[in-house]
Amino acid sequence: MQLNFNDESFRDDYSYKNSPGAIKRFPFPFAEDHYMYSVNIEPHTKGAQGSVYEFTFDVDEHYVSECLDKIITLEQDPGRYSALPHMMDAQWDFLELAMTSMANDYPEYFTLTKNGNVWTWENRPLDIMDTFTFGDASTLPSEPFEYMGRQMQGDFVLLDQRDGTLYSDAGIVTSQADWSLAFNTGMSWQEWHGPVPKVTELGVLDRALKYLLNLQVGNPVRRLNWTMTVNPRLDTSPENYPLWAIDRNKVNNETVGELVNLRVELQSLFRLPRSNAIVFGVRCYLMSLKDITTYPRWAKRLHRVQKDLHPDLIEYKGMTSYHRYVIDWLAQFDDGEVLEYGSHPE
Amino acid sequence: MSTINVKVAAIEAVTPLIKHFTLVHEDGSELPSFSGGSHIVVTMDAEGRTYRNPYSLMGSPTDTQAYHISVRRQESSRGGSLFMHEHVHVGMRLKITHPVNLFSLSKLAHKHILIAGGIGITPFMSQIEDLKRVGADYELHYAFRAYEQAAFVNELEEMCEGHLHCYADSQGERIDLNALLSQQPLGSHVYVCGPSPMVVAVLETARNLGWPENNIHNEEFSSPPVGEPFKVQLAKSDIEIQVPAEMSMLEAIEAAGVKADSLCRGGVCGRCELTVLETDGGIEHHDHYLSDSEKVSCRSIMPCVSRTKGKRLVLDL
Repeated sequence: MQLNFNDESFRDDYSYKNSPGAIKRFPFPFAEDHYMYSVNIEPHTKGAQGSVYEFTFDVDEHYVSECLDKIITLEQDPGRYSALPHMMDAQWDFLELAMTSMANDYPEYFTLTKNGNVWTWENRPLDIMDTFTFGDASTLPSEPFEYMGRQMQGDFVLLDQRDGTLYSDAGIVTSQADWSLAFNTGMSWQEWHGPVPKVTELGVLDRALKYLLNLQVGNPVRRLNWTMTVNPRLDTSPENYPLWAIDRNKVNNETVGELVNLRVELQSLFRLPRSNAIVFGVRCYLMSLKDITTYPRWAKRLHRVQKDLHPDLIEYKGMTSYHRYVIDWLAQFDDGEVLEYGSHPE
Repeated sequence: MSTINVKVAAIEAVTPLIKHFTLVHEDGSELPSFSGGSHIVVTMDAEGRTYRNPYSLMGSPTDTQAYHISVRRQESSRGGSLFMHEHVHVGMRLKITHPVNLFSLSKLAHKHILIAGGIGITPFMSQIEDLKRVGADYELHYAFRAYEQAAFVNELEEMCEGHLHCYADSQGERIDLNALLSQQPLGSHVYVCGPSPMVVAVLETARNLGWPENNIHNEEFSSPPVGEPFKVQLAKSDIEIQVPAEMSMLEAIEAAGVKADSLCRGGVCGRCELTVLETDGGIEHHDHYLSDSEKVSCRSIMPCVSRTKGKRLVLDL
C-alpha cells in the first residue's frame, strides 16, 4: 500500500484536510439514532482491507504531519510526556509491540532488524534510523516509550495493574480531548474517570474495569469514543485552553459545517507481556461536518444522535455554546428516512 | 481465546513425584515473553475427555525460546497431572494459552516476602528473575517435606544467593509466620503459593498483624474459560445444539449457523444477552453484566461466558 502523506497543519492556519479515501474510511461511531455510554468494547481483531481496523496501529495520510505536530507540542510543553520509574519494563514492551506491528503491517515504511539484543529501527517517512540495545535506555535518543510514541499517530497511556485496579503511570499525550496527563499521572481508574457524567450510575466503569483486569496478551480490545472540536486541532489540552476554546465563539449558521469537526477516538488496549501493564492507545480522527455529509446516511444519523443527546453529555464534551448550530445545520440533511443498524457509509 | 501450539522438547524427573517439562513452539518460532508469576493453561486431549490444567511458568521471563513448567503427580486429582506424568512424551504436541498473570509482583513494593510450599515454588522461580533484574529487595522462604523430595533447591541457592531460606519438615523446621511477618518494613508485600492450609495461615497471619489487603497476594489461576459439555435448545430456530467442553455457548451457536449478536465476548457489555424460556435452574452465570437478582431469576443469560449444569435450557433465539 502506498500512501500520499498530506502536508498540512493542525494549528494556526488549520490546513488539515481529508481525501475522499480518508472520508470513506472514517470510523463513524454511531450505529443507532441514539447515543449513551455503554461498555462498547470489542476484540481488536483484523478488520476489512483499507479500514482503520486493518492493522494493529492505523497509519494514514496524516501520519507525517501528525508526528510533526506532536513534536511542536512536546517542545512547547515537555510535560506532555511523563513516566513513573516503575514503568520502564512497560516502556520496552510498548516499543517492541509498536515496532514489531508497524514493521510487519507497513513494510514499505518501517523496518525492524534484530541481531540478538541489538535492534535497528528504520522509519522512512520520518527519515529516522537508529541502532540500539533492547533493554538499555541509554542507547536511544530518549526513553523508549517517548522515542516510539513520537513516531506514532495518537496518544498512549501505560497502565500499571495493582491493588485490583489500573493506574495511569506513564503517558505521551498531545492530541487529547481536554484532559491533562500531568494531572492524571498516578491516578487510579476510578479517579481519572471521576469527571465523566452518568458512567458510575450506569455501572459502566466497574464492568469495563473487570474486563480490562482480565485482558490477555495476544487478545487486544478496542472501542470508539467521540466528541466535537472546533477547527481540526489535535492539541485541545486544558494546558492550552486559551488557545483553542475561544474558537467555539466563531461557530454560527454560516461557519458550522466547516469549523465543527466530529472527533472520533479509536481506543485500543493491549496487555503487555513482560510488565503485565496495559497500553491504552487513543487515536484521533477529525472530520468536518461538511465532509461527513459526503455520505447522507452519516448526516441523517449524526443529526438524530445530536438532537436527543443528554444535556450532561453536551456539557461534558464542551459543546454547549455551539451545539444548537450543529443540530440546526444537520437538520437540512435529514429527511426522516428509517436507517438500518450500522455505522457504515453508503 | 487464542492458543499456541507447542511441542514437548524435554522431560526431566526432578524428584520421584515432580516432572519438569520444556515446551517449545511447534514451528520453532519464539514464544511470547511474559512477566514473573504468569501461568499457562495446558490442554490435554486424553481419550474421551479433555483436561485443561493451569501451570506456572518457572523459566526466565526473558527466555522466549522455551517455556518451563513442573507438574507434581496428584493421585487424587481430576487426572490432568497423571496424564502429564504418564502419557506426555518428548515430541508430543500440546495446546497452551498465552501466559496470564494473576500473581504479579507489585512494582511499588519496598520489599517482597515470597513464601512457597512444595510445588508452589514454581511461580517464584520466574518472579526471582524479575526481582533480580530490577534489583528489588526480597526474601524467599521455601518449605518442603524433606530435602530428598524438594525440587530445585540447588538451582535456587545459586539464583538467590543469600535470599533463600529453606525449611524441611522432616527436620522439624517450620516457618515462624508470626515472627517473619511482624518484622518487615512498611511497604513490604507478601506472596504465598503452596498447599491451602499454608496459604490460609499466611493470609490470616498477615491480616491479623494489620498488613494492608493490597499487600497480601496468593497465587490464583484463571478459571478455565469453558466447562462441561451440555445441550441447549434454540426455540425460534427450532434446533438443539451441543455445546462442547472447550467452546462457549456463543461460539457453539455461531458454529451452528445461527446469527447471534455479540460484542465484548467477555461478559461485560451485555450485547449477547438472551432470554431464557425454560430452565431447570442450573445456569452458571459467569458474567459481570446481570445484577445478582437478575442472575437468580434465570430469565436471561450471557452466552459468551455462561453455561448450564442443568438438564434443560431453552433460549428465545
